[in-house]
Amino acid sequence: MKSEIRDVDDVRIIELSGKITIGTGDVKMRELVDNALEDGQKKILIDLAGVTAIDSSGIGEMVACYTTVTKREGQLKLLRLSPKINDILHVTQLITVFDVLDNVQEGLAALK
Amino acid sequence: MSVDHPLHAHLVLSSSFANIEIAERALVDLCGRAGFSGDDCYWLVTALREATANAIRHGNRQDPEKSVLVDYRIHDNEVTIRVEDEGEGFDLDAIPDPTDPDYLLRPSGRGIFYMRQFMTHVEFGRSPGGGTVVEMTRRLEPETRSSKDEE
Repeated sequence: MKSEIRDVDDVRIIELSGKITIGTGDVKMRELVDNALEDGQKKILIDLAGVTAIDSSGIGEMVACYTTVTKREGQLKLLRLSPKINDILHVTQLITVFDVLDNVQEGLAALK
Repeated sequence: MSVDHPLHAHLVLSSSFANIEIAERALVDLCGRAGFSGDDCYWLVTALREATANAIRHGNRQDPEKSVLVDYRIHDNEVTIRVEDEGEGFDLDAIPDPTDPDYLLRPSGRGIFYMRQFMTHVEFGRSPGGGTVVEMTRRLEPETRSSKDEE
């Protein structure tokens, strides 16, 4: 998994690409979210446009990240799901947990 | 090439998560030879990765001395994947439904759910040595095969 990080004002945007899977991507995603919180960025957008696969460990880490950020009174939202990642969020019913937005502009607006 | 004859492959992997990639590549290769669609291959790979990850993490507890056996069979429009570990087995009834609201925010416990979602049939058993064996089948509609079938 690869990642690109940028801040827009008080929002941390984490762009992920590749696989979020056990042993590599899942741990990396967790580190990126932990780093955002350590940097004082509690509004986080995870851009999944380049993510090709997410296994149950990756989904689990995403849930853990969501829980951690929410407990710290922050917000974590998802951007630009591919159709297959969208399918996975639906079958796991996690689509009811995460706010999912179509693009960065919508994400930034939702976090204002 | 003809896809009418069965395709069969068997891998013996040491218990490292990195080896899940090898299991995936073998399946992708078989799917390509069988002419399956990208979508079918994607969901097969998704289920395979879960079964293999469970065998490595929960079955063999990442002990590199223990092996994971992966067996693939493709015949007509049916794919069967069998994954066996050298662990001590587990109680299937103790795994809660991860879509239950009480468990929805748990960070783990979705692997078997993934398998059942993306395969037609999933069955768990025990190997003679006491490890877990999962056998998963996905039946594909004939039209989901690519045009290579017709060549």
